[in-house]
Amino acid sequence: MNSFSYARPSDISMAVGELATHEGAKFIAGGTNLLDLMKENVERPNRLVDINRLTLNTIDDTEDGGLRLGALVTNADTAYHPAVESRYPLLSRAILAGASAQLRNMATNGGNLFQRTRCYYFYDLATPCNKREPGSGCGAVHGYNRIHAILGTSDQQPETTCIATHPSDLCVALSALDAVVRVTGPNGDRTIPFADFHRLPGDEPWLDHTVQPGELVTAIDLPAKGFSDYNTYIKIRDRQSYAFALVSVAVGLEIENNRITDARIALGGVAHKPWRKPEIEAMLVGQNLSEADFQSVAEALLAGAKGYGHNTFKIELAKRAIVRALKQAANLEPAS
Amino acid sequence: MQTTLSPGSVASRAPSLPEKHAVKLTINGAVHHLELAPWTTLLDALREYVNLTGTKKGCDHGQCGACTVLVDGKRINSCLTLAVMKDGSDVTTIEGLAGENGLHPLQTAFIEHDAYQCGYCTPGQICSAVGLMQEGRAKTADDIRELMSGNICRCGAYPHIVDAIQEVMQLDPNA
Repeated sequence: MNSFSYARPSDISMAVGELATHEGAKFIAGGTNLLDLMKENVERPNRLVDINRLTLNTIDDTEDGGLRLGALVTNADTAYHPAVESRYPLLSRAILAGASAQLRNMATNGGNLFQRTRCYYFYDLATPCNKREPGSGCGAVHGYNRIHAILGTSDQQPETTCIATHPSDLCVALSALDAVVRVTGPNGDRTIPFADFHRLPGDEPWLDHTVQPGELVTAIDLPAKGFSDYNTYIKIRDRQSYAFALVSVAVGLEIENNRITDARIALGGVAHKPWRKPEIEAMLVGQNLSEADFQSVAEALLAGAKGYGHNTFKIELAKRAIVRALKQAANLEPAS
Repeated sequence: MQTTLSPGSVASRAPSLPEKHAVKLTINGAVHHLELAPWTTLLDALREYVNLTGTKKGCDHGQCGACTVLVDGKRINSCLTLAVMKDGSDVTTIEGLAGENGLHPLQTAFIEHDAYQCGYCTPGQICSAVGLMQEGRAKTADDIRELMSGNICRCGAYPHIVDAIQEVMQLDPNA
């Protein structure tokens, strides 16, 4: 690791002030991704601002019947929290599908949102990467791209090409649940709907999210609707535990009298951000379960998908995973 | 040709090193006051500054679990946290598990079940298993396998490791 200085502010305004006054400083919470990237020289902050002593470590009910997840609550404490287990089992399942028990004991909810891609070329300083070094090119698009994106990629200009995926499981569930991220910063507090939190690579693949420099995530709000009766999280990977998703699917359904009244489908492992298309989810609303056309929904969600050789299998894999996830969430098939 | 640099000119151009930080850790019941550079991981602090080399450095990237220790009762990868971040914490390593009455039951079970070959991952496996039991989430052998997946054993002693943990948990071996 490179040399850096260290600060441990005791309140939020001091923490925000640290980043405002030190160019090149970064917040550190669990550290599981940032320290790894610092050891690889991919991240090179000159100062770490340790936010672990800030009081952002509780899970509380919100006035509108939802739940507020403190940014510093660990992934493990979130997944096993009684209110999350009972009201948002989809979130619990997604978290427990990711990482290892040790990492879940360290990693925080806020930190998870800022996870960097696991693209091999992003990690490998000997190869070009537009995300790591803007304008340098992309090693993945004509390289070994088995784990890479099939939707929403940027591949028209060499200097902005990026087919990286977002690696989080937790974020796929947050996307399906329409979570809202609360941030604070030099210009005050604001909220970011989850759909707007992460971004597609577009012309600026080096930007993963829409949080501004110096802003701090304080909490993640879950709306009241938790899809606790009908939900599933399917994660398909090369190893049955402790591996990143090739494709994952989060599904939440509301069903009344055998008829679907609301549907959410979020995909992981296929794009630069959790992939959702609310207009396609709406196709399911009103459908009778016995006749529901899950295959058409899967086809529509993958419309425009593009493979890059090694990852082309993901297109069919994602369709089948969507159909299976919808059937499991609707209790038409046993959970796998 | 030889180039001679005066010591002063080198010093003036060298970046100044950030200050070291006082870090207090209670390790296996003993209080340690350390002065550490901020980039010292908890793993390196244990091995290089406290001479507790039972905790192993495997991958140094949180992928193998050989560095697993318990911090304030919870199992974590000591390679992916900075010692300074854990200032004031209570750390238990493999050296701290045996008590006055001898080995920790998991240590005994690992020996009885031959739950290792080379032994390099074993301290991490055992600390992880202690954490797993305290978490109380594993009910079956499948649960143990899933919740121990952060500990890699390249010798492949997994079946014996699960047997050893299961025995200590007093689970039905057929579960």
